[in-house]
Amino acid sequence: MTAPLGQSLALLEQMLRIRRFEEKCAELYSAGKIRGFLHLYIGEEAVAAGVMPALDAEDAVVATYREHGHALARGIPAATVMAEMFGKREGCSRGRGGSMHLFDVSRRFYGGNAIVGGGLPVAAGIALADKMQKRARVTACFFGEGAVAEGEFHETLNLAALWKLPVLFLCENNLYAMGTALSRSESDTDLCTKAASYNLPAASVDGMDVEAVWSAAREAVDTVRRLGIPYFLELKTYRFRAHSMFDPELYRDKAEVEMWKRHCPIATHSARLEAAGSIRPADIEAMRSRIEAEIDQAVAFAEAGSLEPVEDLELDVYARAAPSNEEKSS
Amino acid sequence: MTRTTYREALRDALREALRREPRAFLMGEDVGRYGGSYAVSKGLLEEFGEERVRDTPLSESAFVGAGIGAAIAGMRPIVEIMTVNFSLLALDQILNNAATLRHMSGGQVGVPLVIRMATGGGRQLAAQHSHSLEGWYAHIPGLRIVTPATLEDARGMLWTALQDPDPVLIFEHLMLYNLEGELAEDAGAVNLDFAAVRREGTDLSLITYGGTLGKTLQAAAELAQAGISAEVVDLRVLRPLDERTILESVARTRRAVIVDEGWKSGSLSAEVAARIMEKAFYELDAPVARVCSREVPVPYARHLEQAALPQVSGIVAAAQGVMSHA
Repeated sequence: MTAPLGQSLALLEQMLRIRRFEEKCAELYSAGKIRGFLHLYIGEEAVAAGVMPALDAEDAVVATYREHGHALARGIPAATVMAEMFGKREGCSRGRGGSMHLFDVSRRFYGGNAIVGGGLPVAAGIALADKMQKRARVTACFFGEGAVAEGEFHETLNLAALWKLPVLFLCENNLYAMGTALSRSESDTDLCTKAASYNLPAASVDGMDVEAVWSAAREAVDTVRRLGIPYFLELKTYRFRAHSMFDPELYRDKAEVEMWKRHCPIATHSARLEAAGSIRPADIEAMRSRIEAEIDQAVAFAEAGSLEPVEDLELDVYARAAPSNEEKSS
Repeated sequence: MTRTTYREALRDALREALRREPRAFLMGEDVGRYGGSYAVSKGLLEEFGEERVRDTPLSESAFVGAGIGAAIAGMRPIVEIMTVNFSLLALDQILNNAATLRHMSGGQVGVPLVIRMATGGGRQLAAQHSHSLEGWYAHIPGLRIVTPATLEDARGMLWTALQDPDPVLIFEHLMLYNLEGELAEDAGAVNLDFAAVRREGTDLSLITYGGTLGKTLQAAAELAQAGISAEVVDLRVLRPLDERTILESVARTRRAVIVDEGWKSGSLSAEVAARIMEKAFYELDAPVARVCSREVPVPYARHLEQAALPQVSGIVAAAQGVMSHA
């Protein structure tokens, strides 16, 4: 099905928002405000923007280290995401996580996992808890196609199918596991075939078409929730920027990148809306200025944020402090 | 008092957990239909059903990670890993998620997960089923590492672990499962914070835990016959270490021997020795000594395995060596 007009416009605005946020992150990285690893989502915006509207507030999300877009689309304020990257206490992980480890439990957003494949078992466990507590919730688990080479992918798909766990496995296939092309790492590059071998529904969608993603995600979420079973959805996408800010991109041709840029999800979707007469350039300009204001505010919030006192370094390693030996006899 | 075994005490603890805590469930390889590879969970599937006693595929990373996820989302999972050697297949989940999520999320994500596993050698199971790697796990901030060495602790540690808001790893030495003794009818939860003095003495402190507690107590009895009064400290909790009980004992006796079935290099015994050196150096009348496993993968042949593991004679000799210092 196609998205209603209001939804279609919201999808466009969300993609523009993620794109601009990521461009700002790149700038701030060059300016030395953001450090560590920074993985940008530019080119892949249609995936997070298209999937998130299919989820309810009670559903859970597990994401990867390239998760700014997922965090924003899930509703984590841009300001706390930016503050996190600035290493500030006001950040969504109190400055303990950084770009790769965004968390917001109030939105059931369980990170930012930077071990490829490491989020899949956790997602299965969240779904197991929901199932055992008789809650009709869905756990959406994002991972890249590189995770398909990890044992945890196979272990978890099997377990989820065996135990009928309500997990939506969302494989963001951007063709490169860092610098290793899918064809150089998988004996069979058809990821749906692998997933389907574990006896769960598997489908593939054009991850550069936000409407298609939106529609496929709705169907997938509906199947998971209604039948209480896992589902594998491959989203064929492409990252326009380097893997991280340290990546010289020696492993792919510039022509290939240029070819994919012609399928930019934002350009495709806005052209479609314009052709249908659903949107005018002025509307897009209005979106852009709203986004610009939001991101300016986010940066100002991050700049103004405070640093966690070093005395609190060891906070939150354990929930409770060690008791003294005087309490031993009690 | 009632006559029981370490295995039965563990099973009673599991039964109590499943009866009293509706969010608790047990999962692991062969915990259900088979009854547990060391028969700890025998009968629990029949009593509690498939939903709460879950046989898993041989996918350590997936089922440990699923335990983490379930803990995050409101359950109180008890995950059994067959032996510590197999836990290495789940080390990513234990270290990168269970131990790390609370801090990395700025305090938002707690992981109230209990993982039980068998550890140690002595049954000729050779080099992939006999190691003592609990000292490795004790290296990791965010985990609580406990080593029940008595019937009371086998019975009581699980319930306390289940109340803990953070991950607790329980290491059960495989030579202890058949340990028999008397246990109070009303035995229940025990603390997971403090070491325990199992035998009082005045001449030296023998500091140990888990599978070597019995050997160490036997060594203390032999030393007593030779006129040496040895105190035996059972660490019980390897992380966070109850440093104070260790230091108080050493301050009384002024000599220490650490007995640890782990390898000596980079080990828990090294950690305890370092803490004594850092904080009780001037109390000491002799250098700290250690009795550990020999630095080999534990071999199969009985005489070689026995030679590789700490033995009573070695503990006695080390104690006498420490006592021979003026």
